[in-house]
Amino acid sequence: MSATDAAERSATGPATTPEPATSAGTPRRRRGRVAEDRRAAWLFLLPWFLGLAFITVGPILGSLYLSFTDYSLLTAPEWTGLDNYRRMLGDPRFFTSLRVTFTYVFVSVPLQLAFALLLAIVLNRGVRGLPIYRSIYYLPSLLGSSVAIAILWRRVFGAEGLVNAVLALVGIQGPGWVSHPDWALSSLIVLNVWTFGSPMVIFLAGLRQIPGMYYEAAQVDGASTWQQFRRITLPLLTPIIFFNLVLQLINAFQSFTQAFIVSGGTGGPADSTLFYTLYLYQRGFGAFDMGYASALAWVLLMIVAALTAINFLASKYWVFYGDE
Amino acid sequence: MATSELTLPRGSAARARRKRKWPIHLGLILFGIVLLYPLLWLLASSFKPTAEIFTQPGLLPTTVRAQNYPDGWDALRHPFSRYLMNSAIVVMGAVIGNLVACSLAAYAFARLEFPGKKIWFAVMLGTIMLPIHVIIVPQYILFSQLDWINTFYPLIVPKFLATDAFFIFLMVQFIRALPGELDDAARIDGCGHFGIFTRVILPLSVPALATTAIFTFIWTWNDFFSQLIFLTSPDLYTVPVALRTFVDATSATPWGPLFAMSIVALGPIFGFFLAGQRYLVQGIATTGIK
Repeated sequence: MSATDAAERSATGPATTPEPATSAGTPRRRRGRVAEDRRAAWLFLLPWFLGLAFITVGPILGSLYLSFTDYSLLTAPEWTGLDNYRRMLGDPRFFTSLRVTFTYVFVSVPLQLAFALLLAIVLNRGVRGLPIYRSIYYLPSLLGSSVAIAILWRRVFGAEGLVNAVLALVGIQGPGWVSHPDWALSSLIVLNVWTFGSPMVIFLAGLRQIPGMYYEAAQVDGASTWQQFRRITLPLLTPIIFFNLVLQLINAFQSFTQAFIVSGGTGGPADSTLFYTLYLYQRGFGAFDMGYASALAWVLLMIVAALTAINFLASKYWVFYGDE
Repeated sequence: MATSELTLPRGSAARARRKRKWPIHLGLILFGIVLLYPLLWLLASSFKPTAEIFTQPGLLPTTVRAQNYPDGWDALRHPFSRYLMNSAIVVMGAVIGNLVACSLAAYAFARLEFPGKKIWFAVMLGTIMLPIHVIIVPQYILFSQLDWINTFYPLIVPKFLATDAFFIFLMVQFIRALPGELDDAARIDGCGHFGIFTRVILPLSVPALATTAIFTFIWTWNDFFSQLIFLTSPDLYTVPVALRTFVDATSATPWGPLFAMSIVALGPIFGFFLAGQRYLVQGIATTGIK
């Protein structure tokens, strides 16, 4: 995209445009410009500041406060200190939802990224019709979070669904995926892997930026395709892998629709698809247990923040930036 | 791309090489079919009698049953057009809100100097990663005190307050790439910041605005969580919420009509996908949004 190319060109921005220093009035005029900029900035940012205050930061602090209370919407919140957090430690469904979510995230995201990388590399090897393949593979990413697809999944992975019909062709008697506690989560994992298209497009953009001369030089030295992948492609792609990893982890942690629809809102069978966000919804908007739901939300925030931080810290050891 | 073009031999060798590529193409096509098969199956099933959906894994129906569409259309309390209309109102509000508010904020971050700019920019980036679940409970309380539950306001007003920071970031990246000399020229011609914004920056930012509009459309059309929470009256149900009640309505789900309405629900996304492919691909390639 031209925007990124040009961003490098004009990284200095418009503010550095030299003004001809002709008269003694210039500094004052420049000061007037700064004040004008400032006034304009507050005006242009006013909607965003309002949103930040009322829709984002206010509610974050509100949920922190509520997490220390017992609140059912009907009466005023009652301060209960750390009770909600203590309650979590004795709440088996809280731990179940954590286990389900972690399993989902740490199985589906690596698989999804592996598919994305593999297909990006194949597509990048100069096959004709790349835009067509790219669009076809990308389509599931757009649809993956919709209710309609979740409904489809519920049927496709049903006892008499499409998946088992295909398995029957090769003589395998499949389980009733979505109705069996051991298998229900796997259907949701498949759904997330199915949406590998958006990280794939990002990988493709990254692959395109690797200079061709690296490969030419490697070929002159007689490097095999695998060696070229291992020594050139992979190291130069680590920043993109890292970017995709952070993004998809955060996304996967927030999955809700798929589990809600496939399990009919219960997280069943036997809580095997009780995503963390689904449990939070059940406590908050099913039982109007708003204090506890807020505490759950804060734990989620901590987990996502910690995971992102760990990712950034660990990235020092495996992410390679060309200019180092 | 560049790599393989550079090493591609000319003439007969190139032909030989192309010939050797057909297994790759075959693999890519087969893989594409596997990926899209569930969607094709959904489309085919929307034209099958419900009983046949269970027994026929193949695509072609033995009897085409277009009646699923009118049946599904009228299966809920309101005709399906009502839910489409509700979704359309929410989506249009969200698109306009994001275009106006995010482009205003982006102009300030990309072009203006003000105290604490770096910090505010970092705050803006930070909000991109914030899970909505963390703020949904207090938001619900706030909106219920404003008496906004069961209205479209909770779904639209935040967009006018630039809460989808993704798009601010996208537009900042884009506007920074536009040459600053244009602003200076406009300033000499007597434009203030608002004039520069509306007459110079916005017309040049059409690709970024289009990306924002398309993604806002698709996300909002697909969004289920906040619509489930803020809309509890069937009069106001949007398409995803209506589809969900369809599933839960009876124990024996009428799959044929349900699949027909699923196709109706996916239609607009598919249309935008076809129309806006270029912007969609550019959009995710530069910012990593879905």
